Amino acid sequence: MFYGINAGPQQLTGMEKEKSHSVTGSKTGIINSGKVITAEKLTKRFGDFIAVDHISFEVSKGEIFGFLGANGAGKTTAMRMLCGLSIPSSGKATVAGFDVYHETEKIKKSIGYMSQKFSLYEDLTVRENIRFYGGIYGLSNKQIADKTQYLAEHLHLTSQQDTLVKSLPLGWKQKLAFSVAIVHDPAIVFLDEPTGGVDPVTRREFWELIYDASEHGITIFVTTHYMDEAEYCNRVSIMVDGRIEALDTPKQLKEKMDCASMDEVFLHLARKAVRGE
Amino acid sequence: MKNTHIEKDSGAGKSSASGGGIKQFYAFVKKEFFHIWRDKRTLFILLGIPITQIIIFGFALTNEVKNSKIAIVDLSKDYASRQLIQKISASKYFDYDQRLYAYNEIDPAFKKGKIKMVVVIPQQFGNDLQHINSAKIQLICDGSDPNVATTLATYANAVILDYQMSINQQQKLPYRIESEIRMMYNPELKGAYSFVPGVMALILMLTCAMMTSIAIVKEKEMGTMEVILVSPLQPFGVVVAKAVPYMLLSMVNVMTILLLSVFVLDVPISGNLSLLIAESLLFTITSLALGLLISSVTDSQQVAMLVSLMGMFLPTVVFSGYMFPVENMPVPLQVLSNVVPSKWYYFIVKTIMIKGLGFSYVWKETLILIGMTILLFALSIKNFKTRLA
Amino acid sequence: MRTLFFLLQKEFRQIFRDPAILRIIFMLPTMQLIIIPMAADFEVKNINLAVADHDHSVYSQQLVQKITSSGYFKLIHYSSDYKEAFKEIESDKADIVMEIPVHFERDIVKDDASKLFLSINAVNGMKANLGGAYIQNIIQDFNNEIRVRLVQFPPIPPQTVISTTYSNWFNPFLNYKVFMVPAVLATLLTMVGAFLTALNIVKEKEIGTIEQINVTPIRKHHFILGKLIPFWVLGLVVMTVGLLIMRFVYQIHPVGSIFTIYFFAAIYLLAVLGLGLLVSTFADTQQQAMLISFFLMMIFILLGGLFTPIESMPSWVQKIVWLNPVSYFIEVVRMVILKGSGISDIRNHIFIILGFAVVLNGWAVFNYKKTS
Repeated sequence: MFYGINAGPQQLTGMEKEKSHSVTGSKTGIINSGKVITAEKLTKRFGDFIAVDHISFEVSKGEIFGFLGANGAGKTTAMRMLCGLSIPSSGKATVAGFDVYHETEKIKKSIGYMSQKFSLYEDLTVRENIRFYGGIYGLSNKQIADKTQYLAEHLHLTSQQDTLVKSLPLGWKQKLAFSVAIVHDPAIVFLDEPTGGVDPVTRREFWELIYDASEHGITIFVTTHYMDEAEYCNRVSIMVDGRIEALDTPKQLKEKMDCASMDEVFLHLARKAVRGE
Repeated sequence: MKNTHIEKDSGAGKSSASGGGIKQFYAFVKKEFFHIWRDKRTLFILLGIPITQIIIFGFALTNEVKNSKIAIVDLSKDYASRQLIQKISASKYFDYDQRLYAYNEIDPAFKKGKIKMVVVIPQQFGNDLQHINSAKIQLICDGSDPNVATTLATYANAVILDYQMSINQQQKLPYRIESEIRMMYNPELKGAYSFVPGVMALILMLTCAMMTSIAIVKEKEMGTMEVILVSPLQPFGVVVAKAVPYMLLSMVNVMTILLLSVFVLDVPISGNLSLLIAESLLFTITSLALGLLISSVTDSQQVAMLVSLMGMFLPTVVFSGYMFPVENMPVPLQVLSNVVPSKWYYFIVKTIMIKGLGFSYVWKETLILIGMTILLFALSIKNFKTRLA
Repeated sequence: MRTLFFLLQKEFRQIFRDPAILRIIFMLPTMQLIIIPMAADFEVKNINLAVADHDHSVYSQQLVQKITSSGYFKLIHYSSDYKEAFKEIESDKADIVMEIPVHFERDIVKDDASKLFLSINAVNGMKANLGGAYIQNIIQDFNNEIRVRLVQFPPIPPQTVISTTYSNWFNPFLNYKVFMVPAVLATLLTMVGAFLTALNIVKEKEIGTIEQINVTPIRKHHFILGKLIPFWVLGLVVMTVGLLIMRFVYQIHPVGSIFTIYFFAAIYLLAVLGLGLLVSTFADTQQQAMLISFFLMMIFILLGGLFTPIESMPSWVQKIVWLNPVSYFIEVVRMVILKGSGISDIRNHIFIILGFAVVLNGWAVFNYKKTS
């Protein structure tokens, strides 16, 4: 909300200020010393193939954490483990303080998720989608009604609350999908390539929503192809062939590797890759 | 291939030299083949359907009535009645399942569902036979299945007649008319003869019409249609490229059916094999045209499937004549059946394969099929043009 | 529990917005129930007869008259040229050719015996069989008539004669529709129950909304119930439409209680929905789901006793039929509607179908895992 549409990547690095520990009123469990995600030598094997190779990292509350890598590097597999969709082969990890092996149901209650395909129900209206996801995550009717109104105003969809999602333009769908993903104020929201197929202006509008959420204490875990979006993150990790080859703030990474942009950083690292499309 | 010479559409901007066109066409066909080949489940089922149908029809289904469970009420309980009962239970048509003791037990027995017929032997059966040389037997049939009822009654009659003759042991009756019967084309009365052509029609419809229409509509649904339309290959070429693998699949199926029918079912191909294959090729193209038409008017896979089912399957099964006798249908339905291409194909296959007759007997029907094909193609092209414009 | 409520709300909304589904619920049963019983008349009638009569005697003409007045046969050709008559079979216009030899009448009276020649088009085995049987019956009858005219029988017949009386219960007019309609109803319900459910779930798989559900706190059993319940309701709606058509279009009044039918249908739907659920776990695309369902349906319907009696099938096939839920439903529907069977009569069927429901649904739930 504080950044105008014309803001370039440089200005956005102002995000790297201290985050306050705000109350979010979500249903998280014990937060392990402020770390919302912890992973220690997390591994996933499919037979002989090691998709995710002993990765370790931590994400703090309120952080915008970029999870980058080429296709086939293991990003999606790693994320699925963190979301409770896949049981790791070895290693440890906690999400919102819950263990990924034994407490997947609790994890699911505490996270939000937005996938590449958006997965809003196209044949339901805006209002109905909000109502459904709100209800699923345990919001009361009053809460749902409040949220619906809030989102409608916030996203400028007040006149379209009863339109079928399929008639919305792509940019609106994305924003709506994100908002629905955090309708229950989760501790973390996982975004899987959320901004495909829209123009840069719309993308930046989307990222405004992300900042907004981050301000409210929601941790953002986002994977993306767009290297300029990498600049928007607090910290970034780059996966190559199942391992994390880099983990730092965008600024540090550029300095360390003597690159002018995240693009270059990425290319530099990705060239070493054996796997890929 | 004549496809690359079709007049250019306003949509597809790029033109192609004939040589390049053929290469692209070929590449497209290969891509479509891979799609199908990779989807093993679909492939398996498409190849499996004709085989399963043939096995079921060939070995499991029969209109012959046998092993029917019957019950007998013996109110006489004498030597004669026991003899009759023995004769009845010895018959392969009946499975003597229950012994009933009173008339009021008949209804509950039927209600239980297993019994199809009850034979009632009246009191004094043996006595009557001895003293007044005549007796009555009552046959009560479960009329739910009329044909079974009639057949069972006929069989029961035959057994009783047999019994009657064994009592009489008389010489032949005077003034006899004897009939000599010859069963033609299918001396062993195998059911297979009428359904093999039907299975062929069905599987061609399924593979060519339905699958092709779904494949085309899928591209529409996924939004990749636009991508294809701007490719150097003419839209028509694209469509044909999609159709070719399914055509080949259908011909494989036809061959499978023919092989199975000759070697497994002992249903020979009495007529000209090349004529049969040529006609099948024709019908394949007819089905394709139909599939094309369907894909030109539907936008989602679900709807395409629905329309295929309603518009093709049901008519093929019902009106071609392979499951139900067309001549028994009310006249309006009979007229309707003429619109269904499968009906004509079924007739052609039956005539060539089972009756062993030649082209002179099917030229009319062939002409009708050709006419239908042209009409269907014309309609679909018109539809496609209006949508692309 | 609340979760389930929201799920159901969404499902019902989606179903009613889907034009295809509404068409299926109303159009499909209507079309099938109207067309198939009308078309599926296996009664053998309208047998086309071509006669080559070389005798042209009183007897030969009386015989032909008797045959045609029976109602089963239609005389489409009468001449004294066998070749012409035979052409009718070749061109499929005639089913039977009867050749009456020269001196037919004379031979019966003088030589005590005469011959008739029948050529029957046996491509359709059943028709040939029954047609042949009918015509032979008529000929026998005619034979007896002649005999009675020529010979005087004393009041007590010199030979024993057993006569049979024959009655048909439950379907006095041997109306084939009465037989087909209940069975078509059963098939319809199966198609709607299994087919629609499978397609619906796989569509979510294809589009990706299932991933979204996987990641929410919606539990396995909620999701499944959320899918089963709406289609269960839908199935009962289709059943009702079907029963209405049966009552008002075909004038078939169920002898048994409607409650029994609904009761069994409710349980049966559970089984059939389980089947749809199971199929959906094996299919990745709608196309696959559709083909698999179609394949299974085809087998179930063919082996279900809809068209041909199960008892006539070879025993190894009959064992396979035990695994076919459709056959049980067809049997129950016919039993209740035509014969008035009650719940105690169908007790076994109920247990078996319950078993199916448990096994199929259990298997499907086992397959459908949120976490890989």
